[in-house]
Parts: sequence; structure tokens; C-alpha cells
Amino acid sequence: QIQSSIFNQRKAHSPGHVCKNILHVPVSGLLFGPWFLCRNEDLKEMLESNKESLKLEAMKRIVGLIAKGKNASELFPAVVKNVASKNIELKKLVYVYLVRYAEEQQDLALLSISTFQRALKDPNQLIRASALRVLSSIRVPIIVPIMMLAIKEAATDLSPYVRKTAAHAIQKLYSLDPDQKEHLIEVIEKLLKDKSTLVAGSVVMAFEEVCPDRIDLIHKNYRKLCNLLVDVEEWGQVVIIHMLTRYARTQFVSPWREDAVFDENSAKAFYDSEEERRVDQSKPYIMDPDHRLLLRNTKPLLQSRNTAVVMAVSQLYWHLAPKHELSIITKSLVRLLRSHREVQYIVLQNIATMSIQRKGMFEPFMKSFYVRSTDATHIKTLKLEILTNLANEANISTILREFQTYVKSQDKAFAAATIQAIGCCATNISEVTDTCLNGLVLLLSNRDETVVAESVVVIKKLLQTQPSQHSDIIKHMAKLFDNITVPMARASILWLMGEYCEHVPKIAPDVLRKMAKTFTDEEDIVKLQIVNLAAKLYLTNSKQTKLLTQYILNLGKYDQNYDIRDRTRFIRQLIVPNEKSGALSKYARRILMAPKPAPVLQSAFKDRDRFQLGTLSHTLNSQASGYLELSDWPAVAPDQSVRNVEVVEPVRLPCIYLVFKDNVKNSESEENSDDSNKSSSSQSEKSSSESDSEKKKTLKNKKPQQQKLDSKDSSPVFVPETSHELLHRMTGKGLSAQYRFTRQPCIYGNSMVSLQLTLSNSTDQALENIHISEKSSTGQNIHRFNAIERLEPQASVTVSMGVDFNDSTQAANFQLCTKEDEFSVSIQPAVGELLLPITMSEADFTKEQGKLVGMNESSATITMTPENVSSQSVNRKVVSVANLGVIPSGQENIYRFSGKTVSSGSLVLVSVVLKDPDAVITINTEKTVMGSMLLRQVKTALTNSGP
Amino acid sequence: MIHSLFLVNASGDIFLEKHWKSVVSRSVCDYFFEAVERATEPENVPPVIPTPHHCLINVLRQRIYFVAVIQSEVPPLFVIEFLHRVVDTFQDYFGVCTEAAVKDNVVVVYELLEEMLDNGFPLATESNILKELIKPPTILRTVVNTITGSTNVGEQLPTGQLSVVPWRRTGVKYTNNEAYFDVVEEIDAIIDKSGSTITAEIQGVIDACVKLTGMPDLTLSFMNPRLLDDVSFHPCVRFKRWEAERILSFVPPDGNFRLLSYHVSSQNLVAIPVYVKHNISFREGSSQGRFELTLGPKQTMGKAVESVLVSSQLPRGVLNANLSPSQGTYTFDPVTKLLSWDVGKINPQKLPSLKGSMSLQTGASKPDENPTINLQFKIQQLAVSGLKVNRLDMYGEKYKPFKGIKYMTKAGKFQVRT
Repeated sequence: QIQSSIFNQRKAHSPGHVCKNILHVPVSGLLFGPWFLCRNEDLKEMLESNKESLKLEAMKRIVGLIAKGKNASELFPAVVKNVASKNIELKKLVYVYLVRYAEEQQDLALLSISTFQRALKDPNQLIRASALRVLSSIRVPIIVPIMMLAIKEAATDLSPYVRKTAAHAIQKLYSLDPDQKEHLIEVIEKLLKDKSTLVAGSVVMAFEEVCPDRIDLIHKNYRKLCNLLVDVEEWGQVVIIHMLTRYARTQFVSPWREDAVFDENSAKAFYDSEEERRVDQSKPYIMDPDHRLLLRNTKPLLQSRNTAVVMAVSQLYWHLAPKHELSIITKSLVRLLRSHREVQYIVLQNIATMSIQRKGMFEPFMKSFYVRSTDATHIKTLKLEILTNLANEANISTILREFQTYVKSQDKAFAAATIQAIGCCATNISEVTDTCLNGLVLLLSNRDETVVAESVVVIKKLLQTQPSQHSDIIKHMAKLFDNITVPMARASILWLMGEYCEHVPKIAPDVLRKMAKTFTDEEDIVKLQIVNLAAKLYLTNSKQTKLLTQYILNLGKYDQNYDIRDRTRFIRQLIVPNEKSGALSKYARRILMAPKPAPVLQSAFKDRDRFQLGTLSHTLNSQASGYLELSDWPAVAPDQSVRNVEVVEPVRLPCIYLVFKDNVKNSESEENSDDSNKSSSSQSEKSSSESDSEKKKTLKNKKPQQQKLDSKDSSPVFVPETSHELLHRMTGKGLSAQYRFTRQPCIYGNSMVSLQLTLSNSTDQALENIHISEKSSTGQNIHRFNAIERLEPQASVTVSMGVDFNDSTQAANFQLCTKEDEFSVSIQPAVGELLLPITMSEADFTKEQGKLVGMNESSATITMTPENVSSQSVNRKVVSVANLGVIPSGQENIYRFSGKTVSSGSLVLVSVVLKDPDAVITINTEKTVMGSMLLRQVKTALTNSGP
Repeated sequence: MIHSLFLVNASGDIFLEKHWKSVVSRSVCDYFFEAVERATEPENVPPVIPTPHHCLINVLRQRIYFVAVIQSEVPPLFVIEFLHRVVDTFQDYFGVCTEAAVKDNVVVVYELLEEMLDNGFPLATESNILKELIKPPTILRTVVNTITGSTNVGEQLPTGQLSVVPWRRTGVKYTNNEAYFDVVEEIDAIIDKSGSTITAEIQGVIDACVKLTGMPDLTLSFMNPRLLDDVSFHPCVRFKRWEAERILSFVPPDGNFRLLSYHVSSQNLVAIPVYVKHNISFREGSSQGRFELTLGPKQTMGKAVESVLVSSQLPRGVLNANLSPSQGTYTFDPVTKLLSWDVGKINPQKLPSLKGSMSLQTGASKPDENPTINLQFKIQQLAVSGLKVNRLDMYGEKYKPFKGIKYMTKAGKFQVRT
């Protein structure tokens, strides 16, 4: 009674669950049910207690239940109360629970949402990220708008970790509500521009899931992704490489030139675009530099410890690289064979597909595919497949010797597969057909039935190629016939008898006689062949076999299997002429005894290349859901310029790039578009390797500190791309110069502001010896760039220099000289550029601000335009006018920024307090002049409504 | 990507399940159990099993199947590699990855799995980062936690997650600064009946245990780097430097890690340190077979061959083996027909041998293949390829670390066909 009432109660809660429980405990329910419930009661009590430790203990037990797959959904109300707990472990366990059961208890789940919305604004990036993770994992359709908002917000978060989480959330929201696609694509587009290596993999994953067909979103980011690739975490690398493979196949023309074609027959089938290429063969093929960039930047990843990355690069080379460059992937793939059993399986499958088309690649490593007795069966068969594919005239004897060992293996299934393989080798390489055949005939006396049966089947196939010379083999098989019981083998021998009955005129009728006796006991497949044999003998030797045939046809007529009855009826009409049979029986002989083409023994991996290598679909040999087809190369390359990125990115290292006008855009973005780490590596091609490694080392050491949020110095939040005119080409007699502030700490001196100068020559003669003259008119300390010996016509060059402005906005005047001329130029810095960003905690900020009051404080009140009120826009506006660091703020309406002056290192603190609709800007600094100038600029920036 | 994960033990029970997207019923595993039933050996279960709506990708480690449920296209190696990484992490956390260890630490396991994947896509797999997020359980910490109420879960985002050296945590401190490197080489070989080598190659790894304070920058150079034919690196190794100078330059992770694995070019002749003399024969019509095995050192460069273990799968017809070893002990399992002989050290003066007879099933015909012999052995203080570390230098930190290098040669997949 108790039991039933409990069930009734539960039924009210969750009907789905009851069914499950009833299934679980049909009989022992009486004992088990109450106990189970008691325990949950007990957990409920613990959760509602005041002690953290009890709650934690309860949650741990609940997680244990979830892990075992037991249902704990009825505890939902008790658990959800703890979502706002201060104890971080408790909170995490509640998150685990929530994600698991929110779908079932949608109404209750909504109670937790506000907690997450609050946590999304937390100053701790880990808490923001995990709130977003959980919020987006709650699969409740009602909260879709909230999720959308949270994702949009998080996509512009300052922490790359939060942005990464946002990228993951995109996929979750998309699977919950595909209607959001358009909005999500906007977010993806934004995140694709992200330069953090942490985000790249995740956003590409989202791209692949949500809008894989929007190739146009990739164009502008293509070069950046290529350059970032080495530094992306390994899982992201796999996803990006697969995506870029697909991209490259739509954007570049085929590098597989006629002249590069390897001399293997299978090549022809592989190139279905043969004709197209013959057409454009007239003009020499030049690889698109972007195509080359991809190949070059993925190559080092072949050395990755992650097997998935190595496989991804291998398939990229397979699908994209010119044929003669393919060989570099071989070693790496063979190396993977040392890895776990499961890895071997996948890699061998891919090698099997590759080895059909390109034997040469793996032939030197043939011995790596030798089978060991300890290999798993599926590994053995794959190795056999590969060895068969690799066989050629030169190595066949070695391979056959190896096969002989395999045939004797205790694993009979494997021995049978080896016999098939021998058959394949024998048909593919005509030189060894006889040797193989003889070897196989010897196997006919093997004690193991599967081996014999397989041999018969293979011999049958081989004999079809040249039956006349082998009548003694057929006779031999006829003798063995009585001992063979495997139906397939018996059927094969019978077929051989019938097909070549003219070669064995005496034996064939005798075999038929024996078969007539045992007909009723045979398997269906054998019966069909008996009927066949009878018919063929009837046509060639009706004298001896007429009665036998009649007898067999009569037996067949009453067989239980309708296939056999049909066949019998058909054969009878065909071979025994009567009034009804008409025209067809005249041709009976030609129909039955027609010469038949020999079967082609071919690899099971022959057609696998329709799938992209390394994919699940390739492994399954059938299209998995979500598989993205690899397109054929376009005949004509689409516009290359779509990948050009106009903006010049910051260069953190002092390097000189000599760039020529015709490919200026390509190489510029290639060299400049990424972080310092990469520019150092691309530089290594120019500078000596030693100094490169020095720089790299310092960078590696410096970087973590730069990015750490709570450390003092920080990298600039925003680097403006606008450059200013230094010298116009009209006044400079063809030489023009532009400068921009890189906002990086200057490497020439601590008190200098770092500048980047772009000089271009628009004349038609080379300009020589471009330099800055030694005498400076205003007395600023200037670090000059090294003289440029020669600037070709239409070329431009980017150099960096440092100027100590001494914390004043006074212009620096100097002479820019060429061999013939001198031009006076001046650089007028904006006050915001004389700063370097630093970060500090909120508490430190208030403390420092307290010290800088009175004279040192300047403030102003402005009226904000509504579109400027959001946190992003305030942050963006302030950091764009001044090189300041953003301080994570606990209050929503206060924004704080901090920096120091470059020369003297005095603190500059800026705070913006929003009081709708007004805003108060306060600037605290010892440098009062700079303070008031800065105030003016921030004021204009915040009142302007433009972007 | 990865939808769900099921852990299945050797007897076919699902003892843990975790879902990253909506819940997949555990009945999906029935397809997996079918495949297990079809396979004769646990190793023969195909790693990728298609089902009508999902695809199951499994790996087998320590007699536990890790079965991942996949719903759409994903590179299978991606999943396999990740599952192995999960096992490695468990081993790192609990010492062993057994069913008992997982059940005892089910909460930590769950927390780990939660951090390692987000929506089925790997989030944090570096052990240094994970250990900052979720501290490994130790007895001391459990005691402290129960008293103070503190937790195993970190509150701050590990700094490594954001830096360009994600594998190393910051603020590492040791009183004894030490860096140990083990150069371990394995010989894979197939030796044929007559004792000649069919194929032999050397695969090596350098495993490191680095306990150094701060952010050390290490360089390791070899006397003969040309030996290394194909290498794969831990992400910490600077590839450019290796390409240009053949020097390993890296900021190491904290603790144990695999720095490098390499393959020695197959052109070089491989010294085979052990030979096996065998005489295994069955006579037609008799129910007895002869078994004789003698081991001896071949090219050992003066080092002792230790921990030798011989194992062999005898033919099915063998009922029992009656053997006598000159040293060590042997066992024969009449059910699995597995013969194993724990030899120990090979003494060149007195070669170990195992002799005796095998009894066969009466009436059964003579097995047509002789068993293959699998060999395991170890040689201390020798890298068989001749690879030698030249020097190890540290930059970036002031103190003097204690450095150590150890060499060892082992048998990998070493088979003798008889």
C-alpha cells in the first residue's frame, strides 16, 4: 500500500521517470523503492541544512547517483536553492546537476537564471565563463533571448577565456533554437576576427556547425588563421585545419600538374579534371601565395604529439599539396603506428586508401606493415590490405614470403584473408600468377577447412584468367571435392567444372553423378551450382548426362527454396527444346557457355577516396551526418584579393620589411597580421637563427606577465590604425612618409614613445640613403632608424623609431634626408599617445586616486548620447583616445582606466561615472597640464556620437 | 563533437556515464555489447562502431572500455586521442585508472570531465591547468578539507590558460630544484625461424621529470642528433630552433611529461641484443611434442640483459606442457594456452634454457604452425641507437638545478617466429 501511494506521488511529479523505475524494479520494488526514497529524503534534509559541509556531502552523493545513471531529478527544488552558494565546489556540483536535469524540470530551472545573469557581470573571468557555460547548457527554450544577449555580451568580453566560452555557447544555442542562426552568424563573424589563439579553434568549430557554407566569412581571416595556427591549442588546430582544407579547395586552382603526375595507372582515375588542366597547361602553374602559406604553416604540426593533429595535416597535404611534396607526411603517419591500437586502426585505414593511389609513398616503409601475432584482427587485415596495395614486381617475392608465414597463422580468419590477398597479388602482377597458383594448390591439402575453402574460391577466380593451361588443377580440385564441406568452396568447384567441362570431359559427368545423389542435402548456393553444372553438361555432353540432368531438374522443381525452383524452371525451358520454349533455346549454348570476363580482385578501399581522409565518414565508408563534402578544384581561381586585409596591424618588434608594390598586400598581412610571437618567427627567415631564438626566448618569458590581468604593466587594450601624414609626396619630391603610434613600450629606451614610419617611393627612380639627419632642432632625444640604402621605385618600407617627447605635446622636428634632398618634418603627438597602460586592482585604484586630489584632479560633467552609455562603448572610446589600461570594475556605472606617462612614469588615472543622462569624467595625475589636455580629449570622444 | 561518455568494465557493466549535451540513453551501448560479443578477444572490438543514430568510438585501457557517443561528423582520431588523454589524466590524478579508483573519486572524475569538455569540445586538457582548477585528491588534503571546509576547486582561472605557455603553471616553487630525463629506447623486431632479422627498428622517447622553480628555459643538445629520423614534440619545444640547430629549447611543464618521441632512421642497422635458439616440434601421430628454448646475449655492448620475460601462445591442440627451466619460473595456462617464462637476468656464462615436452590432445592432428615467441627485456644504461645527450643548460633563473640523465633499452614488440 505504501509503495503504491509513493508511486502515485511520483507519477504526479514526472511521469517519464516512473516508467523507468517500474522497469528497473518490477519485483523487488517493495523492498527497494522505500529505501531509495528514504535515502533521497535524507539527502534533501542535508541540502536544506545550514551547514556547508553537509550540503557539499549531499551534492557529492547526488553527483555519484548521476554518474551511475540513477535518477535524482526529484531533488531538483532542494538542489536549485544552492545555486548561489558561496562555496565554489558546492556551486560547481550544483551546476553539474542543473545541466543534467534542467531539461526535465524547466519551470524550476528558471529560478536559477537570475543567479547566472548576475555572475555574468562578475569581475572574476572564471566565474563569468562558467556562468555562461551553465546558462547556455540549460536546454530550456524560454531562455533563448537571455542566452542570445549573454553570448553577444561575452563575445566582446576582455577575457579571451570568456570569449572562447561564448564561441562554445553559440553551438549550444544553435542546437536549441536553429532560428537564431542569423544572429549567431553575426557573433561568429565578430569572433572570427579575434586575434587570441584561445578563441580561434572554438569559433571555427562554431562556424563549422552553424554556417559551414559561409565561406565568405573566412576570406578576411584566412591569413590570420594560417599564422596563428601553430600557437592554437591542439584541438583547435584539428578543427581549423579541416576547415582550411575545405576552404582551400574552393579558392585555389589545382597544383596537380600534368608534368608532376606520377607514373601510376591509378593516377588517371584520380584526376577527373584531367581535361580542364590540359587546357590551361599552356601557361605555367604558379601557386597562389596563400595556398603556399597554408602548406608552409601546417608543416611543423606534423611533429605534434597529438595524433589527430598529425592526421589532420596529413589529409591537408593529401588533398592540397602538389604531388611531389606529399612524401613528407609518410614518416609521420608511419610514426603514428606506434601509438595505441585504436589510433593504429584509423591511421592504417587512411594509409590503405592512400596506398592504392600512390604506392611509392609507403613502399620504403613496407616492413612497418608486417603483421605481428599480437596485433588485433582488424589491424592485421588492414596491414594485409596495405601490403597487397604496395606489391609490385620488385617486392612481390618478399611480400609473398611474408604471406606464407601468415597463411600458417593460428588465427584462421586472418589466414583466410591472407589467401585473398595472395589472389589479389596474383591477378595484379602477372609474373607471379603461376607461383601463387601453385602455392594455393598446395594449400588445398591444408588441414584447416577455412583455409582450403578460401583457396578454392581464390583459385577459381585465378583460373578464369587462363583456364586452358590448368586442367590438371581442376582435376585436382575435383579429387578434393569429397573432403570439402564449406558451401562456398563446393559451389566454386562445381562452377569451375561446368565452365571448363570441355577441359575435363571425363571427370565432370562423374562429379554430376555424385552430386545428384547428395542434392537434397546441399546448401542452396551449392544446389544452384549443381543445376548450372547439369545444364552446361547437358549442352556439351548430352549423351552421358541427359538422364542425370532430368533427375536433378526434377529434384529442383520441388525444392523448398523458390530461387532454386525458379532457376530449375528457367533452365529447363532454356535447354530442353519444346513447343513453348521458342526462340531462346536456340541460343542456350551461347547464353550458358558465353566467355565470361575474369573477375577483378580489387581493394575494399578502392572507392573510399570519395570521402575526405581522416573523417568519420571515411572510416565508416558511408556518409555521416554533418559531413561536409570536399569540393573539386575550381577551374579558374576566384578573386584572390578577397583575402587582403587593408589595415596595417601593429608590429611589436623593430624589423624592416622591404615590400614591393605588386605583392605588397599579401606579404604585408602575412608578416604583420599577428602577434609578436609570430612576427619573430617569420623574421627568423631573415635574421640569423641565433638572435631569433634569443628574441623568442625573451618573448616567451615576457608574454605571460603581459597578459596576466592582475600584473602591473599590460599590453595596450586598443591600437589605433590611423596613420598621420609626415611628408606628402608632392613636397617630398616623390618620397612620402606616414607615421603611426604603435602604443608598445619602446625598445630603444624606456622614456621613448615608439613610432612606426612607412616610407614609400612614388617616383620612377630608386631613392638612395634615406635617413634622419643628426641635428634635431627642438632638442628631443630621437632614436633614428638605420639608413635605408635604396628604395626601389613604387616600393615602400616600414621602419620603427623612438622619440622621447618628455611628457609634453611639443612637436618633434627633424630632417628626413635622401641622398639629394632634405625635408623638414615634424611629429605632433596627441596627449593620449604619451601614456602606457597599466592595470591594478580596483582597491589600488581608489587608494591612488585618493592621493592625487586638489591640484592634481581635473573633472568635467558631460551629457552622454544614449548610444554611448553601454560599457563597451565607453571603454572603447576612452582607450581609443588614450593608451590606457582598463580596470575591471565591480560597479556597473563606473569605469576606470589607468596608465603612466612614458617619460616620467607618473600615474594617470581616469574614471568615468555615469549618472543618467550625465557623466562625470575625473582625471587624476601629477602632470596637471597633461591632465587637462587629456580631459578635453576624453570629453570630446564621449560626447561624439560616432563610432 | 563528443556527446556522451560511458565507462564499461570487463564484465560489461556501465559504471559511469556523463553527458555533455542532451542525455543519450545508455541503451545505445547495446550495440557496443553486441560488438564485444562478436569479438573473440577484448582487443578485437572495432574502435568505431556505427549504430542507426549515433556512432560509438571506444578505446580500451586497463581493461576499461571508454565509449564515446558521437552524433555527427568528427575526425575519429580526435575522439580517440581525447579519450586516451582522459585516461592519462585519471592516471595522473589517482595513480591508477581502475574501476575502483574511478568509483572512489567519482566527484573528482565528474569535475574533471566537466572541465575537460564544454559542449563536447575540449576545453582544458593540459594537466598543469587542470591541477590548478581541481586539485588532485591526497590524504592530507582530504583531512584538511574536512576540518577547514576548504575545497579542491580553484577559484581563479589558471594563468596558464591564457598565456602562450599553457602547459606550465606560474608560481612554481621547490626547495630542491631538479630535472631528470630518461632516454628510453624500444626495439621492435621480427626475427624469422633461422634467426635472421626480418625487420627491426628503434623507437625512443625522452620522458622528463622537471621540478624547477619559476620559469626556467632549458636547452638540451645531443652529441649525435642526426640519428633522429622522425620526431614528435611536446608543444613546449621550439620547433624553429630544432629545425635550425637541432637543439631542444623549451620552457618545461611542471612535473612529469614526455618531451620527445623519436624514430631512429631505418637505414641504420639495429643491434639485436638477444638471440633465441629454439626447437619446437610436433610429430605426426604422436601425442607428444618437443619444446626447447635457449636464450643468449648477442650485441649488448657489455651491458647485462635484465627482466627477461618470454611468452608464447601455444597451439590449441596442446593440452599441457611439462617443462623445466634452468633458471626463473614458468607458467602454462591450459585454458588460454599461454606459456610465460620469467627468466630474469641472462648470465652469459650459463645460458638460461627451458626444455621439456608438451602433451597433445590424443587423436588431434599435428598443429601446422609453430608458436611465435614474444620477448621482453631491459638493458640499463644503454641507448641502443647510440644516442647521447650532450648537455643541458638552464636560462632565465638564477639557481643551479640538479640534473640527471638515464638511458635504458627495452624490447618493444619483439617477436621470434619459430
